[in-house]
Amino acid sequence: PDIIQLVYLVATGIFIVGIKRLGSPDTARSGNQLAALGMLIGLVVTLFDQQIISYEYIIAGIVIGSAIGAFAAKKVEMTAMPEMVAIFNGFGGGASALVAWGEFRRTAPELFAGQEIATIGLSILIGSITFTGSFVAFGKLKGFISGNPITFPAQNIFNAFITIVGLALVGWLTFDPASQLVFWIIFGIALVLGVLTVLPIGGADMPVVISLLNSYSGLAASMAGFVINNNLLIISGALVGAAGLILTNIMCKAMNRTLGNVLFGAFGGDNGDSGSGPAA
Amino acid sequence: MSGLIFNLFIFVLASFIGFELISKVPPTLHTPLMSGANAISGITIIGAVVVAGQVDSQVAQLIGFCAIVFATINVVGGFMVTDRMLEMFKKKDRSNE
Repeated sequence: PDIIQLVYLVATGIFIVGIKRLGSPDTARSGNQLAALGMLIGLVVTLFDQQIISYEYIIAGIVIGSAIGAFAAKKVEMTAMPEMVAIFNGFGGGASALVAWGEFRRTAPELFAGQEIATIGLSILIGSITFTGSFVAFGKLKGFISGNPITFPAQNIFNAFITIVGLALVGWLTFDPASQLVFWIIFGIALVLGVLTVLPIGGADMPVVISLLNSYSGLAASMAGFVINNNLLIISGALVGAAGLILTNIMCKAMNRTLGNVLFGAFGGDNGDSGSGPAA
Repeated sequence: MSGLIFNLFIFVLASFIGFELISKVPPTLHTPLMSGANAISGITIIGAVVVAGQVDSQVAQLIGFCAIVFATINVVGGFMVTDRMLEMFKKKDRSNE
């Protein structure tokens, strides 16, 4: 109903002010708190949506998720913040992929309009890349995976190729929404792609990669918003997607690097020397 | 189809706002800003709630439940961790005075 949409509009405004305030030292903390308030308002009003009939799973999920999130946030060492953000971000991207999967699962194929199924595909694709990519970034920062660039011959070409295949399959699914096989191949490709795109990037560049993955998870949330036709998701996701991209760019510039160099250069090992400028 | 066009409109306009929101961020704020923006991307929790709250399909409901757990970790953890970072930031600022 209209009242929910109006409250969404308020939440959107709060997010915009919140992000703005996060960008300046004096106001950053209040900006973060404002954004949290916006999220709470958006969530609470959604519970009154007529589509929502059963509350058991919702309450259980929120209780479990809050407990895990709060515990992790309290426990983490200050020095381990970037990898913590990477994990949280991975869960966010994964959630968007799951939202799309849930919608795909519960809707009969013949009921899909083209836009829904296309955005389901995109949401799965971007969300899953964010999910596995973030965990690889975490592993690299933690040292579970070598911080040095891990490469194989023609890696960039191979990655580009399977990206195109993934997008083409999203197109296929749009015209053939009944095809479970295509759906699962998209899911699989995206999960693998997340690993393959982060592996060749050096450990010292991980903060930039996490920032980029954060932008992806915003985009994934926005796509999930197209799937369930929800303005608040579309707008907030797009805000984070765009702001995250700009921030990624700023972080690259601070290291005297370009984003292309970071992503495809297979550069910068464990020692963190890339912060001092182009060592190559 | 008009629904899609409308959604695309708000998507594109919101992206432009997002681009404009961030400019000249001091390097010390890069990580907290990233972390705060990351928490906001947990907005997908609303999508998760919609999927978990329907009763058309039990499997979809379970998927929605997992999505809620994931998204809530992102939201709660994200905002709390950002707050911790910024709290330290403020203290450091004061001790310089």
